[in-house]
Amino acid sequence: MGFLFHKLQIMLKTGTVLIFAMLISACSKDEHWATKNITGLMPQLKFSMLESNRDKPVQSEDYRGEVTLLYFGYTHCPDVCPLTLGRIKSALAHVGVAARHIRVLFVSVDPSRDNQAVLKSYTQYFGPQFIGLYANQAELRELTKRYRVTYGYDKPDKDGNYNVSHSSAVYAFDRKGQARLLIRPTDKVSAIASDLKQLLDES
Amino acid sequence: MSPLLTYIRPYEFSPAVLIGCLGAVILYLLGMRKRRLAGEKNGFWRSLSFFFGVALIYVVMQTYVDYLSQHMFWVHRVQHLVLHHLAPVFIVLAYPRVTLASAIPLRWRRQVLLPLWENFPLGTLYNFIQNPIVAPLLFFGLIFYWLQPELHFDAMLSSSMYQLMNWSMLIDGLLFWWLMLDDRMPHPSRTLHYPIRILILFLVMLAQIILGSHIAMEKTVIYDVYSVCGRAWPIDPITDQMVGGLTTWIPAGMMSVIGIILVIRLWMRHSVALEEAAAVSAG
Repeated sequence: MGFLFHKLQIMLKTGTVLIFAMLISACSKDEHWATKNITGLMPQLKFSMLESNRDKPVQSEDYRGEVTLLYFGYTHCPDVCPLTLGRIKSALAHVGVAARHIRVLFVSVDPSRDNQAVLKSYTQYFGPQFIGLYANQAELRELTKRYRVTYGYDKPDKDGNYNVSHSSAVYAFDRKGQARLLIRPTDKVSAIASDLKQLLDES
Repeated sequence: MSPLLTYIRPYEFSPAVLIGCLGAVILYLLGMRKRRLAGEKNGFWRSLSFFFGVALIYVVMQTYVDYLSQHMFWVHRVQHLVLHHLAPVFIVLAYPRVTLASAIPLRWRRQVLLPLWENFPLGTLYNFIQNPIVAPLLFFGLIFYWLQPELHFDAMLSSSMYQLMNWSMLIDGLLFWWLMLDDRMPHPSRTLHYPIRILILFLVMLAQIILGSHIAMEKTVIYDVYSVCGRAWPIDPITDQMVGGLTTWIPAGMMSVIGIILVIRLWMRHSVALEEAAAVSAG
């Protein structure tokens, strides 16, 4: 019994040393990001939805090799969505030619109003890299849960209009599909652009 | 799916929570049976208090409440009120030590649990935490630690950090309230003396009042993760923050007041018992 405990103690000690070594190596990586670095905090990009531009099913794997931005919104959104997408559009302009390797996925959290045609005309207004995605509520809940975001609906007014609470974050995934950055509404366009360039420069 | 099912099914299924809660209940039931067979009484209210505490933990960690806690600051504060204060107090007030222990065969206790306790840093760690200076620092320190804005942001994004946060609150809550409400006599059991317990409860109340009122009265958004990730339903961020701050301020502070009353009750019982013992030895 005593021998077993001795062995276990050694294992525990080695484990602690290993964890510390990992922490130190993680800190010493010379990386600087202007937006929020979420490397290791969130899972890989993974979904299966319908795409509005060409009206066909797509998988997350279809976007491997590109830097992918993921945003949850709805087309009737009065302020946050158009503002966020507008800022992403300006950031892409800052990035320049290389921005053709960036995809902006706009996932609708209001599928009952955002049909394929509505989404298509909405995203195309912002540029060719903008793609609308939609799915049924169950699939949508799965994807939002994966990225720990949510959405909810207000009661409709007499004209049937209603507000939707949704996330204001834009998630950035690298070319391998790993979650890397979280772009907040407070981030400057220049900051977003420089981080996107840095992500694009990674092999 | 029926709406009722949405509310009770786990939002994110955690085997640890299920095994922990179910294990505690089964162990307690086995202990109750053994004690009844041995002719000992367990007490209806004690058992109820234990099951209620465990049920509370399950509800806030595994049902729709868990979902809301991830997407509303004030629900998150309620969740931590339950994990750090309410559920541990109910469990500790059941004084389940004897009942739980009698569920485990004596041989196992001697040959497995005791060596585990003595050979691992477990026992040493326990003694270190259950110290009149470390315990209140850790109790309030954990509340403060997880409420640092940047760290809070990461904890709400990362599933594993979120789990770590909730488990640390629960485990520390159980340890702290057990230290405060331990019903063994301070002398000779070497548990904390009653005036020290009252002082600790008073100090952690003060600290929580300062922190809670600061959050409740702040006019700018401190925890932007809920705006960034979306709220469960549309609500003004400042209202959300204010209610969350009030939850940390008033009910959490009230738990200290209740704790102090319970300590005084233990203290009185203890002195009555001492007086009776003195009377017996004198008579």
